[in-house]
Amino acid sequence: MHLGNYLALLTGSETALAEAFATIRDHHRDEPDIGYTCWLLGTWSQAHVQALAPSVARYQAQKSAEPERLMQTLFAGPRTGSLALMRDLQDVWLLANQVDLCWNVITQAAQALRDSELEALYRRCQPQTQRQIAWLLSRIKQAAPQALVVAA
Amino acid sequence: MQETRDSITDIWGARTPYRSEWPTRVDERVTETPDHWVQAACVLCSNGCGMDIGVKDGRIVGVRGRAVDAVNHGRLGPKGLHGWEANNSPDRLTQPLIRRDGTLTPASWDEAMDLIVQRSRAIIDQHTAGAIGFYTSGQLFHEEYYTLSLIGKGGLGTPHMDGNTRLCTATAAAALKESFGSDGQMGSYTDLDITDTILHVGHNIASQQTVLWMRILDRRAGPQPPRLVVIDPRDTFTAQAADVHLKPIVGTNVALLNGLLHLIIAAGAIDQEFIAAHTLGYEELRATVAPWTPERVAQVTGVPEADLRAAADILVSAKTLVSTILQGVYQSNQATAAAVQVNNIHLIRGLVVKPGCGILQMNGQPTAQNTRESGADGDMPGFRNWGNPDHIAELARLWNVDINIIPHWSPPTHAMQIFRYAEQGSIKMLWISATNPAVSMPDLPRIRQILGHPDLFVIVQDAFLTETTRLADVVLPAAIWGEKTGTMTNAGRTVHLSLKAVEPPGAAKADLDIFLDYARRMDFRDKDGAPLVKWHDAEGAFEAWKECSRGRPCDYTGLSYAKLTGDSGIMWPCNERYPEGTPHLYTDYHFATDPDYCESYGQDLDTGASLSASEYRALQPNGRAFIKAAEYLPPSEIPDDEYPLWLTTGRLVYHFHTRTKTGRSADLCAAAPDAFVQIHAEDAARLGIQAGDMVQVESRRGMAQAPARIGDIIPGTVFMPFHYGMWDSPDGRPRAANELTLDEWDPVSKQPHFKYSAVRVFKLADPPAGEDRAAAAQAAAPVAPDAPPNKKS
Repeated sequence: MHLGNYLALLTGSETALAEAFATIRDHHRDEPDIGYTCWLLGTWSQAHVQALAPSVARYQAQKSAEPERLMQTLFAGPRTGSLALMRDLQDVWLLANQVDLCWNVITQAAQALRDSELEALYRRCQPQTQRQIAWLLSRIKQAAPQALVVAA
Repeated sequence: MQETRDSITDIWGARTPYRSEWPTRVDERVTETPDHWVQAACVLCSNGCGMDIGVKDGRIVGVRGRAVDAVNHGRLGPKGLHGWEANNSPDRLTQPLIRRDGTLTPASWDEAMDLIVQRSRAIIDQHTAGAIGFYTSGQLFHEEYYTLSLIGKGGLGTPHMDGNTRLCTATAAAALKESFGSDGQMGSYTDLDITDTILHVGHNIASQQTVLWMRILDRRAGPQPPRLVVIDPRDTFTAQAADVHLKPIVGTNVALLNGLLHLIIAAGAIDQEFIAAHTLGYEELRATVAPWTPERVAQVTGVPEADLRAAADILVSAKTLVSTILQGVYQSNQATAAAVQVNNIHLIRGLVVKPGCGILQMNGQPTAQNTRESGADGDMPGFRNWGNPDHIAELARLWNVDINIIPHWSPPTHAMQIFRYAEQGSIKMLWISATNPAVSMPDLPRIRQILGHPDLFVIVQDAFLTETTRLADVVLPAAIWGEKTGTMTNAGRTVHLSLKAVEPPGAAKADLDIFLDYARRMDFRDKDGAPLVKWHDAEGAFEAWKECSRGRPCDYTGLSYAKLTGDSGIMWPCNERYPEGTPHLYTDYHFATDPDYCESYGQDLDTGASLSASEYRALQPNGRAFIKAAEYLPPSEIPDDEYPLWLTTGRLVYHFHTRTKTGRSADLCAAAPDAFVQIHAEDAARLGIQAGDMVQVESRRGMAQAPARIGDIIPGTVFMPFHYGMWDSPDGRPRAANELTLDEWDPVSKQPHFKYSAVRVFKLADPPAGEDRAAAAQAAAPVAPDAPPNKKS
């Protein structure tokens, strides 16, 4: 059974996502709306990691190195400015979608295993992942025209 | 000088208790006997009282309330009775100014407008129209906004247009969109005439809308007086009249309102039938508020359990309910989420639409409603939905422009983001009309830096030199109320015509004429090569607007200048179906939530993320209202060891905005001459501060200084009025509350969080030498928080 591996991938990806939100808060302190929202969205991922802990233990998940590799690829050093904000949000969006897909994969397995606890966790957490993605997309759409067309 | 009362000491006048209706009382103040009267409406708060301007020898000499007007039945408040004196002020701007070698110097209109056009063209050539932004007001007339909206959206094609309405009423619009699908006040002031219960949430109505408060005082003085619940951290005039006054810690509105919702549901006082037939989302609300027991609410908000229960008891037993909401919600933490919870109180109790049941998501300014309707702010004209291509196509047909000219790829840029783009340098020209951001925006040190940057070309259109014109490259002298004709719509959807009574001073021009001149010089054309703007005067603009409003919630097609002349103002929609206007929207319980009709597909209340059209359609709202729940989230900045106190800001009864007008009335000025820092006696004692001491308030953004006032506020919180800037500062000290405020905003409405920030306070000096401390303390120790020193009580 490989559910443990996937739970490790999800936990690692949620951890990476929380870090990513912290990273863009740090990179873009002069964007007044980024800080609080990224703090809030980061707390959701942190809470997901904690909520996943019993399942991680139950299915003997081992730590996955993959999310860290992904993080290294995505966030290539600190960036500031309007285009950098776009790129950072895009990278977080990719990571959030990684999390979303992991949740989908895991709930499929949970259903096959009749693990109602894990299914309930999915129903509680995945909508928040969707809301993270929705915010990222809204903010990217808002920023794109100015960053790509007007800004120097 | 003749006046029906001294409104400085007698703010609301004698009671005229209700009999079967609100009696008429005509308030008047003239300095000389007018030779004629001209119909207008008051522009010194969002109430928009009908008033006549008294004219003698081509000069304004006074005002009187219009007895026929449904809004005020003849009454006027102190700002209305005095504020007109600003028109006659000797320091009016009378000619354009251009900055040359660092100094603003007189110029002709041709020179000023040519410079603006030349800069516009150069910027567009190099950077596109996306490098041009407009920041307008809640003070102009509808015709001016609509013209500006067309120039910006259909001429230049820039998404960067907003008003200072972002600072005052953006959350009203957002909350109405989230719950009911579109902006548009549901209720009517006439609901106050018959309601049995009134709830004021973060709305110091007694100071903000003195005439509407007279209406409530007169109800309270008549038979079957309504009960009054007030939510406000300060002991305001409004709060002092309340049956129950809840004083939450700033930033905790959602927790408090969830607590009230919890108790209403626990009491079984919900209208199941209404909820099932006309709403969506009740179950989520029930689950969200379930943990918000009075005990938990008390822990978070500081409101004692007994007080919360007392307020809930009143709401539970209300057969009819009018709620009003303003800046204590709109400018505070979780603004839209909290405003929506007030809507939810009405929805779960089924107390909407029916006479006596109104939700008044208030406005701060007299024409803020028009900024929103016309699309001169971050909205589309006629409450159209930027995300709905059919709505944009309709606009394009109306304006005869290519649809792609009109920016609709994302929400129009909100004011705070416009300033951010200017800070980053991607907005290179900012045209500011009838507003003073160098005092009214949050975090003033930053705003000054942005406006003062040499690469930003700043145009300021105003009647006076202000803190903002100090940073302008071009200053355009504007005619103001009384010197131009136009319509305005109050917070209750009532449309008034305000006529030109006198000529503007010198070369000052109506804002409409300035915008029209810009359009002509820029040679904006429609698809067929004809001039884009097809009108030349206010009435022409109004007629064009009527077509734009056709079929939308704010339908003006049944109105005309002729119809608005002589009698009362009229509530929109006014069209073939409602030829005399209508007091209540949605009387068939069909809200504006149909996907093809709605103004917005909704947003996530915590993050502001937009729902897509398909997500919204999947909800199948079909005219049902949304009950949107919100979990309480703590404010971003909370007091700590370094900055141990909360600062909250607000207004005084005698002043409006940054005092550009009210500061030029001698009596209003004398009544409230200076800023102050209001502090609880415990905090004052700990800090060694006595009434009248000059104190310094510091935040992470900046510093302000003002004399201390003791009392009428909860411990741990200090208050400063936001009106006072530098233009007439007696000693040059920084005294603007916004030197201190936070640079952040509500995720949904994008309204800045003026109502809380962390500060520290310390004593600077005793009262100035020669002043008796007892007298100073007397002057600074208010009977009520914004009472004049000589108030008779």
